[in-house]
Amino acid sequence: MNVASLATQPADSKYEIAHLKLVPKRHIGRMIAAGVVLLLFAGLVRAFSVGQIEWSYVRDFLFAPAILAGLYNTLLMTVAAMGLGIVLGVVIAIMRISGNPVLSSIAIGYIWVFRGAPALLQLMLWFNLALIFPTLGIPGLFEFRTVDVMTPFVAAVLGLGISQGAYTSEVVRSGLLSVDSGQYEAARTIGMKQMMMLRRIVLPQAMRVMVPPVGNEVIGMVKLTSLASVIQYSEILHNAQIIYFANTRVLELLLVASFWYLLVVSVLSIGQHYIERYFGRGSKSIRSSM
Amino acid sequence: MNQDILVKAIDVTKNYGTFRALDKVSLEVARGEVSCIIGPSGSGKSTLLRCINLLERMDSGAIWVKDELIGYRRDGNNLHEISDAEISRQRQRIGMVFQRFNLFPHKTALENIIEGPVQVLGEPVKEARDRASALLERVGLADKANHYPSELSGGQQQRVAIARAMGMRPDLILFDEPTSALDPELVSEVLDVMRDLAASGMTMIVVTHELGFARNVANTVTFMETGKVVETGLASEVLSTPKSARTAEFIKAVRS
Repeated sequence: MNVASLATQPADSKYEIAHLKLVPKRHIGRMIAAGVVLLLFAGLVRAFSVGQIEWSYVRDFLFAPAILAGLYNTLLMTVAAMGLGIVLGVVIAIMRISGNPVLSSIAIGYIWVFRGAPALLQLMLWFNLALIFPTLGIPGLFEFRTVDVMTPFVAAVLGLGISQGAYTSEVVRSGLLSVDSGQYEAARTIGMKQMMMLRRIVLPQAMRVMVPPVGNEVIGMVKLTSLASVIQYSEILHNAQIIYFANTRVLELLLVASFWYLLVVSVLSIGQHYIERYFGRGSKSIRSSM
Repeated sequence: MNQDILVKAIDVTKNYGTFRALDKVSLEVARGEVSCIIGPSGSGKSTLLRCINLLERMDSGAIWVKDELIGYRRDGNNLHEISDAEISRQRQRIGMVFQRFNLFPHKTALENIIEGPVQVLGEPVKEARDRASALLERVGLADKANHYPSELSGGQQQRVAIARAMGMRPDLILFDEPTSALDPELVSEVLDVMRDLAASGMTMIVVTHELGFARNVANTVTFMETGKVVETGLASEVLSTPKSARTAEFIKAVRS
């Protein structure tokens, strides 16, 4: 077809489609899948409503003083154990990447040992330390009876915190490795010493990489504190158990505990979002570039 | 030593395993002088710069900056390696501008500049901010003070990096291929800032492939190849009437 004939041709109704009605594509498969899942979900809701759950117990015990005290202890343990884990994690990671062969070997050994045993076992080891070391201290300076020092709280903080430190140190190390070597050099050329360089330049950048996995670990720790119930620490699960041993409402009290765990984890997830935003300053977000 | 010599390197040698990156390199740079180092990749230009501010440790030879031995302290007939704190102190007076800028990405342009003065030199924040603003003005980026590096072009980032080096009030600034990572149209804005800096009397050692800059701004030019100084002299002489055939060949190849 040449240009002249195209220009002179009368308007062809075949190309006039602007006035036609648009019929969207039907997603039959999606609708079936959604229907099936909704049906299963409805069944689950029904099962819980007709199951032998006394919802009044759940309601009554949700804010019971013993449960709230347990919640407080759970949060306290999370903060204490995770705090110890993060401090140890940073120290061990810096030891590991330091040029000092003794320090880096000790760091590798620490990670090897404390990642190698279940957290529950480590809790029990600390709690029962008095069996092998009746007293703790530096001879001649000070000395304590181990059973006085190694309360359930202390044993749980040590057991959970020290094993957490082994995991967190690997997260910190991956964060440190993620910072470009040019950043270390730029910090050195303006005369920074090692510690200032880590604190002012390297760690703030490493945080961007570290926050998502550390957030994961904090959330994990909230739930890991339930292990401390085994050594008589009064966290929320331990207190719920004490109550259901008395009133035999096992599932109701487990649901109460689940509610609080879920609430705490939800709040932490929201907090993590804001922390990520803070440490992501200056970097283009992945989402906006996608 | 001559009062006017700011940097003096004698027989600097550096090996990476069996590879000799620097082979008895000597260099003198007078105060207020711009000294360009040219040469093909792998000739040891950057390694020499990095030895001057101790980012690399030389295997033998010696470097003085402002009559102070770099990296060592002389005590009678002994040379003692200086402490990390002493190394940091020596580096404070030697600015460095990198090929890849290396701005701190979590800090704004202004924060990048005041970081050293405030944290390392202990300058009051107010004073450091005022000086940093003036420096940004000088490199033509007064309106970018609160921008993060990721929001700046390569040329703008490099100008901030130069301002950051100047913020430490250095005796000397080392430039390691400052325009090699830039888009071609951004090269001139960085060279303009460097030209302005040279005119103000800053002592500069510039590793570069910009022979135009070397010809117009540099006082001396040193041509290096395979870790050795092939030729050194006044910029006009080395670039226009090189003595060595190899220098002439390199200049011809870069220009065409």
